[in-house]
Amino acid sequence: MPEILLREALKRGLEEALESDPRVFMMGEDIGEYGGAYAVTDGFLKKFGPERIKDTPISEQAFLGAGIGAAAAGLRPIVEFMSISFTLVAFDQIVNMAANLRYMSGGQISVPMVIRAPTGAGVQLGATHSQSFETWLAEVPGMKVVCPSNPYDALGLMRSAIKDNNPVLVAEPALLYGAKGEVPDEYYEIEIGKADVTREGSDITLVSYGYGMRPVNDAADKLASRGVSAEVLDLRSLSPVDMDAIVASVQKTNRVVVVDNARRRGGVMAEIAADLQERASEWLDGPVMRVGSIDVPWPYNRGLEREVLVDADNVLTAVADGYGL
Amino acid sequence: MASSTKSNSKTAKSSKNGKKSGTAGLDESVVTSKVDHLELFRQMFLIRQFEIACGENYSKGLIRGFLHLYIGQEATGVGAISTLREDDYVVSHYRDHGHALARGLDVNRSMAELFGRATGTSKGKGGSMHLFDAAKGFMGGHAIVAGQLPLAAGLALAQQYNKTDALTICFFGDGSTNQGIYHETMNLAAVWKLPVLFFLENNMYGMGSSIERVRAGGIDFYPGMATYGIPAAEVDGMDVLAVKEATEIAVERIRDGEGPQFIEAKTFRFSGHSLADGQKYRGQDEVKEWEERDPVATFPAQLIKRGLVTSDQIDEIKTEVNEAVAKAVEFAEQSPDPDLPEIYNDVLA
Repeated sequence: MPEILLREALKRGLEEALESDPRVFMMGEDIGEYGGAYAVTDGFLKKFGPERIKDTPISEQAFLGAGIGAAAAGLRPIVEFMSISFTLVAFDQIVNMAANLRYMSGGQISVPMVIRAPTGAGVQLGATHSQSFETWLAEVPGMKVVCPSNPYDALGLMRSAIKDNNPVLVAEPALLYGAKGEVPDEYYEIEIGKADVTREGSDITLVSYGYGMRPVNDAADKLASRGVSAEVLDLRSLSPVDMDAIVASVQKTNRVVVVDNARRRGGVMAEIAADLQERASEWLDGPVMRVGSIDVPWPYNRGLEREVLVDADNVLTAVADGYGL
Repeated sequence: MASSTKSNSKTAKSSKNGKKSGTAGLDESVVTSKVDHLELFRQMFLIRQFEIACGENYSKGLIRGFLHLYIGQEATGVGAISTLREDDYVVSHYRDHGHALARGLDVNRSMAELFGRATGTSKGKGGSMHLFDAAKGFMGGHAIVAGQLPLAAGLALAQQYNKTDALTICFFGDGSTNQGIYHETMNLAAVWKLPVLFFLENNMYGMGSSIERVRAGGIDFYPGMATYGIPAAEVDGMDVLAVKEATEIAVERIRDGEGPQFIEAKTFRFSGHSLADGQKYRGQDEVKEWEERDPVATFPAQLIKRGLVTSDQIDEIKTEVNEAVAKAVEFAEQSPDPDLPEIYNDVLA
């Protein structure tokens, strides 16, 4: 199977949609002439023209809001944010408008819009550019949230997101744009709301998503070298989240560590941990262990930032603390 | 206030602005045109009676939440919306009953929505501030101040993208103008030449704050549009024909591909911000002064005086409207509450 970068997988998904559906168009800061801050839309302006590849002013509220209006009128906008931290500027539009519009109108209006945003720390951008607000938006009813951890998932999830009739946030791990992976030429989609068991095991379940899959996979390798068989789940979607898959795995392994690349407090994994207490405590041999990045603003210094980020050792420590493995 | 229309310099230079919209009143050009005066009156009176009924039923506890009445502002919504086509979109703010009725939303279902009933326009899940009828292009009452502006820009973007000559009208109040998103949207719409008509209903107060207290630069907003290169006009919002004519000019320009236009109507709400408002922040003299210019009273009086309609015709409309509103209240009251499983519907498509 051919190997491509995650950036190229996203690009393929976007390009296909622009080619096959005239209702699809893109908006964002410097996605046209400049080619996109992470080069995902490089060459699009030339290929699809300025009506479909729209450079916007630095007005996140206005262009995200315009995406909502265009979607409400039947188009299928794909709106790019340069950083998921910038979605904060447009949170009113995303939450109050995009996510609530269908419900408030009694089902009369839908918002088939994709919001793309690079997420996560690790490239020394400091506190305002390193956050992971997919965890906040995963709480909001009326929208969906996905986050790929590899090129195969990036393409499959992007295809599904563009076809979806709801607002869908595609959180793109900034550290993974250059990650390589196998992507088949044959068409496929990945269903939103389904987790992927990326590694079968019998002794402990490790759950994460996006960039968090790196420390989790490293930890699973290290556990394997010690004879501990870890089952690994990649959530792929944070909303809806596939609790059934997590519970099923826990019923098999009786042990679980949930790992959030975002800050530990108040994230998606906190919610999953709470759900597991209710749904799977009788299957568990110990506490639901939760790992996340340290609850501080993101520091700039490389050493400090690395320390705040979750790594495989953090995961292994939780495995040992919770279950003595 | 004078009834003449002022424009910013860009508008004034435009060749199409030869006629002054605000002088319309009942001058000869309008009298001889094909304006359906009785229909304009019917809509204004319907809104007035609907709002009075809302107030009564709020007092009875049958309507809850926040209730913002449009009483006093009828001429703006009716005059503006009367110029539109079926394929145009209308976007409103939380004082949205008037725009909804002027756009032809079903009176019964609108009232039922306020009562929170299953037969309401949003099945009882939207309420007073969130009326919708997508089939009629009425894309909502929106309750985050200025939050509806980019929605309107986006609807207009779709109209432009689809290469139609349809347009979107967006109503907002003076309170919206101090939100950042207001300025963002004006710029975006101008840069992209979107077919959107920004319609400011300047009723002089953002809840309890008079414009003078919260805005530097006085009570006029339309001159500021020069910053964005958006042609802007001011109109007397108590004069339904003046509003209609000003809107017609703007609508024609938008359909001709000239991009966004801006109208500022000076108007006034006769009652408080919401039913919870004791109006401690303004004197009753000011209210009385504006009430003397009440369009629901002055417009039919002028029509009769000019011999354009008879008082019998006006009375007939009043009787019809009063019956319709009474029926709407009855319909709403007798409609069932939504079933509890309705909670889970319409979250996702």
